[in-house]
Amino acid sequence: MRPGKMLREVLKHLFKKPATNMYPAEKLDMPKTYRGKLIFHADKCIGCKLCVRDCPSGAITINKIGEKQFEAVLDLGKCIYCAQCVDSCLKKALEATNDVELAQLDSKKLKVVLGEKSGSSS
Amino acid sequence: MHHSSKFKIPMGPQHPALKEPESFSIALKGEKIMGVDIRLGYNHRGIEKACEERTFVQDVYLIERVCGICSHSHSTAFVQGVEEIAGLIVPPRAQYIRTLIGELERVHSHLLWLGVAGHEIGFDTLLMYTWRDREIVMDILALLSGNRVNYGMNMIGGVRRNVTEEQAQDILKGVKTLEERTKYYIEVATQETTIIKRLSGVGVLKKDDALRLGAVGPTARASGVEYDVRRNDPYAAYAELDFNVITDTNSDVYGRTIVRVKELLESYKMIRQCLKNLPNGPIAVKAPRKIPAGEAISRYEAPRGEDVHYIKSNGGEKPERVKVRAPTLANIQAVKHMLKDRYLADMPIVVAAIDPCFSCTDRLVSVKGNAGKSKKILTWEALRNYSVEWHQVHGIDFTELSYKFRTKMERF
Ligand code: SF4
Ligand code: SF4
Repeated sequence: MRPGKMLREVLKHLFKKPATNMYPAEKLDMPKTYRGKLIFHADKCIGCKLCVRDCPSGAITINKIGEKQFEAVLDLGKCIYCAQCVDSCLKKALEATNDVELAQLDSKKLKVVLGEKSGSSS
Repeated sequence: MHHSSKFKIPMGPQHPALKEPESFSIALKGEKIMGVDIRLGYNHRGIEKACEERTFVQDVYLIERVCGICSHSHSTAFVQGVEEIAGLIVPPRAQYIRTLIGELERVHSHLLWLGVAGHEIGFDTLLMYTWRDREIVMDILALLSGNRVNYGMNMIGGVRRNVTEEQAQDILKGVKTLEERTKYYIEVATQETTIIKRLSGVGVLKKDDALRLGAVGPTARASGVEYDVRRNDPYAAYAELDFNVITDTNSDVYGRTIVRVKELLESYKMIRQCLKNLPNGPIAVKAPRKIPAGEAISRYEAPRGEDVHYIKSNGGEKPERVKVRAPTLANIQAVKHMLKDRYLADMPIVVAAIDPCFSCTDRLVSVKGNAGKSKKILTWEALRNYSVEWHQVHGIDFTELSYKFRTKMERF
């Protein structure tokens, strides 16, 4: 038994760089497999709505906007980022990206029309 | 003030020492705890009912969110049950990947616990370092599944993501560092005087009490009960793995600490075996949307103990009934016993030592009438009136206040 067992460890770390990252100044790399905001390839979608049916949180809707043309609307506040819709879609029209910075000050802005690219395309 | 009489203090549902809302009513004599009354039910989310309203596919994600820490435990327990009803044979590779994620989850959960335990006894240095090291396993989980929590690895019939050779190398590298660190923490736990003195003899649960009160997981194993679902009723790939069931005879919080840190080493062993023997082949079989009628009970050794799921299907796309018994529910009775005759200051660490997860535990509460047998389901309005009356009887009356509030609001 000895007290102060961790003391050496603590002193050693005085000279090491911090374990935390300086977010947002320093961005973290999300893993490639990350399930973030979705993107939608409108040309592939056939409007079968399997994605809507399997979505656990009712976050995605597919609207018909023209003859054989569909748009996907995602509620970023409702989506749980499980990517089940991506798995369910037989036409590979949906894809998960590693975009994580989705916070909004105005909750209305959380409802977005999905585009081919993530980011500000909403 | 007379010291001979008992004094009752309520702790919670909202209390700085508690991380989740639950209510303890503690009868004290001086500093000594004479008895504890525990009331759960402040976190009820209606998950079981919600499961009945959703399809099996959607339920996997909902069940995963029963707990943020042992999310893989719950989703595996659930899909195992559904697979049993549907008679699906899960490919061996999927079984191994499930086991792999399960053990990684245990590592992160036990490291988390070690930090929390350190924090509860005022040893925040331990908290800082264990949580820093826990980041390694969180990164591994993110690498494999995409996310740090709620990995979304399970689907009915297998797993959703494969493990590549490259990832396996990264995992092995991470596990090596973790193993070194864990060995260091074992050294700290067995040598540091303050830890040993603070935890020894606190929250004692003798072996027969553990059995009588139905304790599970590390709580039971620290009392010398050699029981582990992974060994006693193997699921996934556990039957093919070589590991030890860690027990301890200290029967106190110190013993629970030792069991958990030693279990970490076993987990590393299992992770290595999983990666080494990972069979080739598909990672999932196609599951039908409609699950044939039937019922199943599925058991899983979650980091906190045995997790039991019951699933009943009536042949449709949605389950007829889902029941979740989280390990904390099994352990909570033991806490009552552990606290008796201890000092009030031991309370946070004794409660923390079972690694409680109250929101996972909360299920429907049916209010029994005074007559005893008759159970009735109260409507929201009736429940509200009941609560208002209860408080009025106990001298808390908000009628005037709420009247004032209402008239104020009407003026706007
Ligand atoms: S499942 Fe795919 S193809 Fe069908 S509606 Fe959704 S995005 Fe379109
Ligand atoms: S990621 Fe999950 S929650 Fe989000 S839209 Fe797809 S299925 Fe729904």
